[in-house]
Amino acid sequence: MPHRIVSKKQISENVFTAEIEAPLIAQAGKPGQFVIISISSDYSERIPLTIAGADPQKGTIRLIWQRVGKTTAELSDLKVGEKIANVVGPLGKPTHIENFGTCVCVGGGIGNAPLLPIVKALEKAGNKIISIIGARTKELLILEEEFAKISDELIVTTDDGSYGRKALVTEPLKEVCQRSPKPNLVFVIGPAIMMKFCCEVTKKFNIPTQVSLNTIMVDGTGMCGGCRIEFDGQPKFVCVDGPDFEGHKVNFDLMIKRLNAYKDQEQRAYEDYQKHRCKIGLDKTRNPKHEIRNKSE
Amino acid sequence: MTEKERKELLQKLLEKQRVGQLRPADRYKIPPQEMPQRDHVARRSNVNEVALGYTETQARLEAMRCLQCKNSPCIKGCPVQIRIQDFVAAIAEGDYKKALAIIKENSLLPAVCGRVCPQEVQCQQTCTVGLKFKDPTKAVSIGRLERFVADLGDDNTSVPAVAPETGMKVAVVGSGPGGIVAAADTRRAGHDVTMFEAFHKPGGVMVYGIPEFRLPKAIVQREIDTLRKMGVKIVCNFIVGRTRTVEQLMKEDGFDAVYIGVGAGLPSFMGIEGESLVGVYSANEYLTRSNLMKAYDFGKGADTPIARSKKVAVIGGGNVAMDSARMAVRLGAEKVYLLYRRTEKEMPARIEEVEHAKEEGIEFHILQSPKRIIGDENSRVTAIECLKYRLGEPDESGRRRPIPIEGSEFTIEVDTVIIAIGNIANPLIRQTTPGLEFNKWGNIVVDENCKTSLQSVYAGGDIVLGAATVILAMGQGRTAAAAINQYLAQKKKSKRQI
Repeated sequence: MPHRIVSKKQISENVFTAEIEAPLIAQAGKPGQFVIISISSDYSERIPLTIAGADPQKGTIRLIWQRVGKTTAELSDLKVGEKIANVVGPLGKPTHIENFGTCVCVGGGIGNAPLLPIVKALEKAGNKIISIIGARTKELLILEEEFAKISDELIVTTDDGSYGRKALVTEPLKEVCQRSPKPNLVFVIGPAIMMKFCCEVTKKFNIPTQVSLNTIMVDGTGMCGGCRIEFDGQPKFVCVDGPDFEGHKVNFDLMIKRLNAYKDQEQRAYEDYQKHRCKIGLDKTRNPKHEIRNKSE
Repeated sequence: MTEKERKELLQKLLEKQRVGQLRPADRYKIPPQEMPQRDHVARRSNVNEVALGYTETQARLEAMRCLQCKNSPCIKGCPVQIRIQDFVAAIAEGDYKKALAIIKENSLLPAVCGRVCPQEVQCQQTCTVGLKFKDPTKAVSIGRLERFVADLGDDNTSVPAVAPETGMKVAVVGSGPGGIVAAADTRRAGHDVTMFEAFHKPGGVMVYGIPEFRLPKAIVQREIDTLRKMGVKIVCNFIVGRTRTVEQLMKEDGFDAVYIGVGAGLPSFMGIEGESLVGVYSANEYLTRSNLMKAYDFGKGADTPIARSKKVAVIGGGNVAMDSARMAVRLGAEKVYLLYRRTEKEMPARIEEVEHAKEEGIEFHILQSPKRIIGDENSRVTAIECLKYRLGEPDESGRRRPIPIEGSEFTIEVDTVIIAIGNIANPLIRQTTPGLEFNKWGNIVVDENCKTSLQSVYAGGDIVLGAATVILAMGQGRTAAAAINQYLAQKKKSKRQI
């Protein structure tokens, strides 16, 4: 059953969000889980995307993605009413939610999207929420309003100081960790390198830290093992053992290298796609402010 | 032997038979028919099927080698007890339709099984002709004959008859060989059957695992199409245990019975240093990327990348190892090494696959296995450090145990390592199906009817047997379907009585 795009929005130059028809996944999905999509059935690749929200009544899930390669570019070019051939999920173990006490939730760039449903669930479970969200620049900061609504405290940073505090998220994270009493748990979702440095900070304070990993995957059910990471020296599969892991035990350096395994080929596919796209005139729609919304919204 | 010579020989034999003078000695003299195959140099650069299939004359000659033994040892060697000598006799007579009908009594997928069954350890192992020559490769080529009639029957595949609708719903979880058979057999009984598949294409291991050059995907597609024509609903992108649980299927979605045939589905790694380096693949990943995702067409339409390797080491000695090594050749590797801890004699791979692999230039390194995988500063594989092995006493599998020779370390330069040492059970169903009984290896426990510890839940194939074969999975699918049909008939009867 193909999955119709119900609404779509360009958040910043390379970040998009869309609501997609997937009634069963909307019903079954829990915070922390993800889907694997492929745009058409024969030649498309399969990529994992975190579920950023779901509306079980409407039968839709929300995806947020960054245009980084061919498939995400192709996805960005789809219009409302068009369909994605394959969406499978919900995959991975749901995030473990309970009343931990005080939780620091750190989101970086597009990582804010998958972090939001987790923060909502943590807040609902009675946790005190300190959110730290950051982006490279103001333009790329997403979901600030939503985080403000559910956080007891919100710290916003940008790398270039164009908005909020001029800092990397690790700086306020360190300060929050120094408080007394110290936070009970830290959640971090963002680029691998950011998660690595956040874990280095929290490790010094001995605060348990959950990260949500997004590695290269094929099937998403444990069958291929392509997503494996080194956890406490042992191989673990992100798709079935995760995607959440205790961050202090993750070998981020190796994970980052595995993420780059196909960099050259991905680059080539992306360039080919862009060339092809110009030829067929799709590029006209490429306006950072361009917004596509369903009339019913 | 030329086709003309074969035709003359066949005529002579038929004439002898007609006058009642064809003796076993004459049959022994018929040369075993070689399988025509694609040139081994040409085939290195594409994924086209290697074995081309018998000509009609070859098939009849090969069939005439069969002695029609009274005690039919071949049938005893067949996991699904196909009436082998009868279908072979029908081929000898030239009645191919009859031959196919006989096979289809017991096997739904002859075009698949004719290609991928390990006949040399099944029907052909016990064949009297092979025993006479003390060489299983000289047995009657039952598999090739099965393939011959199955391929002929392609054009006029009729859709099996379906009994009147019973109103009972059956869920088949997994669309591999076991699932296909279970779906067909329960649908034939008139049940409303839905087959669920986690991937975006049905066919299971026959689609993502076994390569095109050994089993063309069009053949699998034909079987799937037949199911659809019969009225089986096929739902892809559906993961039982995640999208819906087994319990939800039964309690909320109204399924009266469930067949679980999800396969083994979790690759084993070796637990050695360097296994997570860039360039190390499980065979599952390597084959899924290349088969299902068509990575061999990357840059020519396909979006899924795969390592562009120069030197590849494949670890393992089974069919999956051969498939991986042969795929690496087709993807352009200059050197492909196959490392196996035992000797060629102990290799679980089919003889034919081993031969094909050798023809294609794969270097066999027996009695060797990696100790660690070495990478560069970018964590990319550069070499493997290996140990040499010797064979000790037989272990529980009956094969002689490989023992590492201390101090025998040496390295081989490679940029890609493919680990093909088997699969273990995927824990997803176990984690999400309370009450379902599993053994210590994580396989589902079933009785002789493939019934599990849960009411109206049946299971078969690799998730029950561990890593097995297409034909064994098919056999279990059939057993389970028969039990499901019986169970549902009773259920319906008792419903009516209430």
